[in-house]
Amino acid sequence: MTTRVLVAKVGLDGHDRGIKVVARILRDAGMEVVYTGLFQTPEMVAVAAIQEDVDVVGLSMLSGAHLTLAPLVVAALRERGSDIPVVVGGIVPGNDVEDLTAAGVAAIFGPGASAEEIVTAITTLVPQGH
Amino acid sequence: MTDNPYKTWREAFDAAPTRDADFTTLSGIPLEPVYGPEEGEFPGAYPYTRGIHASMYRSKLWTMRMFAGFGTAVDTNARFREIIAAGGTGLSTAFDMPTLLGLDSDDPMSLGEVGRCGVAIDSLADVRDLFAGIDLSRITTSMTINSPAAVMLALFVAQAEERGVKRSALGGTLQNDILKEYQAQKEFVFPPRQSMRLVRDTMAFTAAEMPKWNSISVSGYHIREAGSTAAEELAFTLANGFAYVELAREAGLTIDDVAPRLSFFFNAHIDFFEEIAKYRAARRVWATWTRGHYGAEDPRSWQLRFHTQTAGVSLTAQQPEVNIARTAIEALAGVLGGTQSLHTNSMDEAIALPTARAARIALRTQQVLAYETNVAHVADPLGGSWFVEELTSEVERQAEEILAEILDKGRGSMLEGCIAGIEENWFQGRIADSAYALEKTFNAGRRIVVGVNAFTEGNEEEDLAILRITNADEKKQVERLAAVRQARHAARVEAALATLKRQAADPTINLMPALIDAAKAEATVGEMMGAMVTVFGRHVEVPSL
Repeated sequence: MTTRVLVAKVGLDGHDRGIKVVARILRDAGMEVVYTGLFQTPEMVAVAAIQEDVDVVGLSMLSGAHLTLAPLVVAALRERGSDIPVVVGGIVPGNDVEDLTAAGVAAIFGPGASAEEIVTAITTLVPQGH
Repeated sequence: MTDNPYKTWREAFDAAPTRDADFTTLSGIPLEPVYGPEEGEFPGAYPYTRGIHASMYRSKLWTMRMFAGFGTAVDTNARFREIIAAGGTGLSTAFDMPTLLGLDSDDPMSLGEVGRCGVAIDSLADVRDLFAGIDLSRITTSMTINSPAAVMLALFVAQAEERGVKRSALGGTLQNDILKEYQAQKEFVFPPRQSMRLVRDTMAFTAAEMPKWNSISVSGYHIREAGSTAAEELAFTLANGFAYVELAREAGLTIDDVAPRLSFFFNAHIDFFEEIAKYRAARRVWATWTRGHYGAEDPRSWQLRFHTQTAGVSLTAQQPEVNIARTAIEALAGVLGGTQSLHTNSMDEAIALPTARAARIALRTQQVLAYETNVAHVADPLGGSWFVEELTSEVERQAEEILAEILDKGRGSMLEGCIAGIEENWFQGRIADSAYALEKTFNAGRRIVVGVNAFTEGNEEEDLAILRITNADEKKQVERLAAVRQARHAARVEAALATLKRQAADPTINLMPALIDAAKAEATVGEMMGAMVTVFGRHVEVPSL
């Protein structure tokens, strides 16, 4: 089955270059990509991910709100009984990787992450035969 | 006046002041202010390819305008003072995301965003603290804000008048370029036409009451950062500039009433010569359109003045010290391209907001260019280079093609063309296409980024010390806002907001006076914006990839 990914901009950050580039990279790798649009709340992202029955949720964040908002997206999914993995890409300082991982974020892609690295990581997160 | 370009230039040059410096090479070779054949083009003369002033940096160096803002107004005020003490000659305020979207710090959507990528401003109390102890008659300030630009201008005027400074004496710049928000930066609140009403009101208000104020900084920077090419950056920006000129006409203002108070803001990306060509082409295209297409008669309307910022997207999180070299090269392009002011990014900005140390090194980079290298001695030093002249013409040709397409979309109106292009996602789609095309060249290894896809030895070294904004800072700001709400005269605030709402519903009224009254009553940014949202509605972008 084709891997389905929901890419989302959560919070108030309007920088969407990264999310659009990554969405196209994932499509070129044969995945189906759904984009939420800007200014989503954690709850909106969780609801959309479950409705769209995606395999992975990808958050793109630049504004420094990742430590607050990414864990809330994970929590909103888990509260709804979903185990969809959440990955984060964007401006994430090295020191924050540990905190995000502890909050249940499955993978973190910092500035300069290659297309190959992102595709491989997402493929690894999706259960075999799915 | 004479017909000989050299003599005309000489007269203008001789009439201009000269700053106190030795205009020789390091080895003592005397340097002319400009080089070229007597019959050729000179700076200070239409179409200004070589610069807008005859004397360029011999009269005055560019303004070293550093963009800063984080945490609370008190935090940012301290950083402003550090910049000025270190020799910065201008300021530009970076606001946090809630402020940029017209939300108060205690709004549920502001959670985790307060003070993170700029300063949190909720009310007059914060603006007071932001500029405390800064001589605003000596240091000009730019406020990098768009959707709530009219609100921020009202707060700025209220703050100055409280200090006894007349609004007519205020110099500074409001970014106020809403069109590029829909196209690229995506910090929008109201739908495009309602936003344009506020832009019109600020232009009319400043033209009448604030003659030293730059009403709009028409910005290509964000368009380029979002992924456009150099020619797209240039064309989209100038199209937006022309749209504002047309908007002012609708308000009964002529191009010569408003164009001299428009300034521009371009990116300095890593391709050195292409950027210089872009700045030269920008001046030429603006001059020919304002004079030819729009019939401007005041030469100041023809002169494109611009601010430059080095390219945030060119910075790497890997081996961040290397960013100092990138920024220096980009800044040099801005200077050789004749910029009026310059911001240099800090080495740590691919990771976080800059530390005081990183910001100081960025300012020092400008000071090295200004005072050590002698590159400011001669105007347009690359003018006449076969390569740079041809590249200038090519960027101009590409930009003209795009401008013709936008004008066509608007059936002869650049204003309508820009709005149609936004509504059709045309700008957004072109920018995303260009961003992806470039990305593919990096991923294929056809373009090298040092430390990212090549030369990675040293990437494992310890991270730089970075600036951290915590949830404790956010809490401080929320508490401060609660105190403001507690202390103010509630009935006065309500009355001011009711007037604002009533006047917003009548598009013939200029909203600036009502906004200034509300600012003085200590209404918050979120309350003023919220009042207008009830009348104007909100813009929702249709998601497209």
